[in-house]
Amino acid sequence: MNALAEPHTALPEPFARWFAARGWSPRAHQLALVEHAARGEAVLLVAPTGGGKTLAGFLPTLIALASAPKRRTRALHTLYISPLKALAIDVARNLETPIAEMSLDIRVETRTGDTPASRRQRQRYAPPDILLTTPEQLTLLLAHRLAPQMFEHLRTVVLDELHAIHNSKRGDLLALTLARLTTLAPNHRRVGLSATVADPVPLQRYLVPQPEQGEALCALVRGAGGAIPEISLIASEDYVPWAGHLARHAMLDVMAAIKQAKTSLVFVNTRRQAELTFQDLWRINDDNLAIALHHGSLAPEQRRKVEAAMAAGRLRAVVCTSTLDLGIDWGAVDNVICIGAPKGAARLVQRIGRANHRLDEPSRAWLVPANRFEVLECEAAREAVIAGELDGERLKTGSLDVLAQHVLGMACAAPFAEDDLYREVLSASPYHGLPREEFARVVDFVATGGYALKRYDRYAKLRKTKEGLWRLAHPKLAQAYRLNAGTIVEDPMIDIRLQSKGRPIGAGGRSLGQMEEYFIEQLLPGDTFVFAGEVLAFQGIHEDAAYVSRSPDKEAEVPSYNGGKFPLSTFLARRVREMVSNPASWHLLPDPVQEWLRIQEWRSTIPQPGQLLVETFPRAKRFYMVCYPFEGRLAHQTLGMLVTRRLERLHLQPTGFCANEYALAVWGRRDLSGLNLGQLFDEDMLGDDLDAWLAESNLFKRTFRNCAVIAGLIERRMPGKEKTGRQVTFSTDLIYDVLREHEPDHILLRATYQDAATGLLDVARLGDMLKRVKTRIIARHLDRVSPLAVPALLEISREMVAGEAHEELLRETEDALIADAMRVDG
Amino acid sequence: MTRPHCLLVLGETELVLDASGALWWPAEKTLVVADLHFEKGSAYARSGQFLPPYDTRATIRRLEVLLVRFRAERVIALGDSFHDGGAGERLDEEECAALSMLTRCTEFTWIEGNHDPEPPAWLGGRILPEMMIGTLMFRHIPGEPGIMGEVAGHLHPAVRVSRGGVSVRRRCFVSDGRRLLLPAFGAYTGGLDVRDEAVTALFSRGHSVYALGKERAYLVKAVAA
Repeated sequence: MNALAEPHTALPEPFARWFAARGWSPRAHQLALVEHAARGEAVLLVAPTGGGKTLAGFLPTLIALASAPKRRTRALHTLYISPLKALAIDVARNLETPIAEMSLDIRVETRTGDTPASRRQRQRYAPPDILLTTPEQLTLLLAHRLAPQMFEHLRTVVLDELHAIHNSKRGDLLALTLARLTTLAPNHRRVGLSATVADPVPLQRYLVPQPEQGEALCALVRGAGGAIPEISLIASEDYVPWAGHLARHAMLDVMAAIKQAKTSLVFVNTRRQAELTFQDLWRINDDNLAIALHHGSLAPEQRRKVEAAMAAGRLRAVVCTSTLDLGIDWGAVDNVICIGAPKGAARLVQRIGRANHRLDEPSRAWLVPANRFEVLECEAAREAVIAGELDGERLKTGSLDVLAQHVLGMACAAPFAEDDLYREVLSASPYHGLPREEFARVVDFVATGGYALKRYDRYAKLRKTKEGLWRLAHPKLAQAYRLNAGTIVEDPMIDIRLQSKGRPIGAGGRSLGQMEEYFIEQLLPGDTFVFAGEVLAFQGIHEDAAYVSRSPDKEAEVPSYNGGKFPLSTFLARRVREMVSNPASWHLLPDPVQEWLRIQEWRSTIPQPGQLLVETFPRAKRFYMVCYPFEGRLAHQTLGMLVTRRLERLHLQPTGFCANEYALAVWGRRDLSGLNLGQLFDEDMLGDDLDAWLAESNLFKRTFRNCAVIAGLIERRMPGKEKTGRQVTFSTDLIYDVLREHEPDHILLRATYQDAATGLLDVARLGDMLKRVKTRIIARHLDRVSPLAVPALLEISREMVAGEAHEELLRETEDALIADAMRVDG
Repeated sequence: MTRPHCLLVLGETELVLDASGALWWPAEKTLVVADLHFEKGSAYARSGQFLPPYDTRATIRRLEVLLVRFRAERVIALGDSFHDGGAGERLDEEECAALSMLTRCTEFTWIEGNHDPEPPAWLGGRILPEMMIGTLMFRHIPGEPGIMGEVAGHLHPAVRVSRGGVSVRRRCFVSDGRRLLLPAFGAYTGGLDVRDEAVTALFSRGHSVYALGKERAYLVKAVAA
């Protein structure tokens, strides 16, 4: 596929000369992209990092602009969209080199949230030849009345890191804006740049307008694969923890790996894990190596500082979260260390690719499993990456809340005919197949809220003109739209300000960044926790900030770690199941893990890949049932809730359950052996029970909040007055309760359900699992806990069944308080 | 196992703190609710936020259920019953009828709040700036500290309770045995954390916090002076 061995095209001058002067020869995929451009075809380039992918995307544009006759006025020729603003800026800088060295008359500009208002204004009237921006900025440009003029001469759209964005709400919004671009500039073509993916077809579909019937795909070019990376596990032959996610036992080895390399990226899965790992490393950093911390809640200036130090080669290591999964190239990074399980092969490849951006040399990476199951997962991921296999992902359909936002945006640009906009929306692949009535309901929602009780007609945002077009009711609505546009909704966060001890709360204080409000709210003054790499003592909340001071303590009192953020991919789960079921492959694992599996085989059994093992045993006055689906924590939590409901109905009095990535444990007061497991795990459980539970769950309420903000039901910011996250959270729960009671089939609840069921709860995945194990459940009734069950029992589940558990919590708090008050021992 | 009602003695008067956020005074057959904020939802519509327009009927329905359950003869709404001056005109016929019914079948008193200095003229019931029954004083905004037997609203107190890594936020009653703050009753009313100075400044001798559960209110916090 990539073997365009003898290029059919040679590069025109001065490009050929420029390549030669640098001692480069154009790569096959770069020439292929020039050919597709000459034929005016959209194309997807799939290539690993380091293959000159970005230059390939721009080469046709540079060639076209270089050979164009002298222009009197400039028009926007090429639009480049990157999911990261830093990447857009970096690419702009890199483009300057060939343009300057070939003395091309091409103007390149970026447009981000930081671009001064005067330049943004000017870009509308006098755009550059090439504009580099983010999806959110494009959304805003298109919602402006001058959009038709700005984009009418557009020839090319380059979409970078498309794999990272297409299957998300951000991707939905981008797809809708691309559909609008097709209306404004019917002759433009699109170029998608993507890292290696398991299945490129969804991306090929995403890049071209979809016909009403059938599907259209763009051309595909694959770059040459890079060298196979060298991946090793850091796992002790003596000790492997039973549970936990921090891998504290391995920090000396991690430090040794950092010392061996020039510059290391140390990836972890959550921000809290980043904080604790950073602290652990500094505690043993006897050589005072320059090790920094980078995650999304640190103050932006602080992050910029770390990035700059990294670019200048002043750091030996950065402990980071997925904030550095994508981004600008740091040539100096030669080592990647992943702490905790990788969760997916594609994520691992992406992270490993951050080291050594040269194709011909292998990247080097270390995986550091934090517990026994993670050893299995790391080993499975390592084998998958070496075999060049990646996990596919389930495709989401276009979200309705995003569509609502887009409809308002289009009304801000110009009055629209409902049928025309509907056709345009259908051509975007995530919305292909959207029913006409559903679209009408979304428009109705935008216009007056879409309620059966027509109360808001006089406040309508959209009104019909005499010609039957929908128009914006008032220009100030466009201003509100601009402040609320975008699909990224943050958890409610609160500023963390550092002040010296003893000063009154609220007096001054440097901003350290932001933390989730729910975490801060459970602190009492004096409690210590870890943030921004330090142990901090909480002083109090004043207005919208939490005030803290430095603590002399080495360890924080309040543990702030909560589980993994990413679910285990289906693909990797399958490989883990296969590895467990095949004793011949166990010799690859460290001794304690081999021993663990062997004793499991002897005491209970090792399930075969298609089977579901269910163990029952008594322990400490409770009766347990543990099963091992290996389907990720979300799917297991959902399963746990459904199974406990069934057990309740059978009067077996389940009292709790907890789930981790690999297993689910349920316990109760009565013996759970001797149940009809076929019935208990039947797929019909995904019916009414699921809906009823879903509606009550916190997860669903959080999802509703996101949808409400994106759809514009709730404003995230008001011109002039910032609405804080704390007000938003509280009121959306109330709104949700009222809406659910009075209009349960409202379009926004439908949007929420779609999101929660398909994405967040892994319901589809659970359904697949139940189908797979039907008639293949093996039961083992044991007299005590099995080796495989231990990690599941050590895991503490944070999200229990909400209603009853919360009542219990209040009850216990009262009892504890009363017991305390009634104590007479002095 | 259901526990008995959550009781509070204010001065010498025995009161029931109900899970709904209402206060029940058995001896006087009097039900007290604070901060109903009728039509708070539609107040946002003017700025283009179309919140579900069902908050008023949701609040009225909860009130009706309580009246029947307790067989209340007297109702006191502690102010901010209407979210703003125009709220009365935004009610639809059904809601107006339901409200008139409430005010006719009980002895209904609307205490004036700061959001609704003048409740709609057509409304039944008495309108008073504050009201004294026996030893208890009912008003919207709590007065100076040290007053005995005051029942007030206005602050919308809420509390976060954390235990074993799980944490919930609930509306709550706050009292020191001399004064009692009621949680807001309206369907869309938010909450102010009880640790806020606006709340703590009212209780110089320490106070107790009673969080609203599903079945009853629970004593969850005792703050010393």
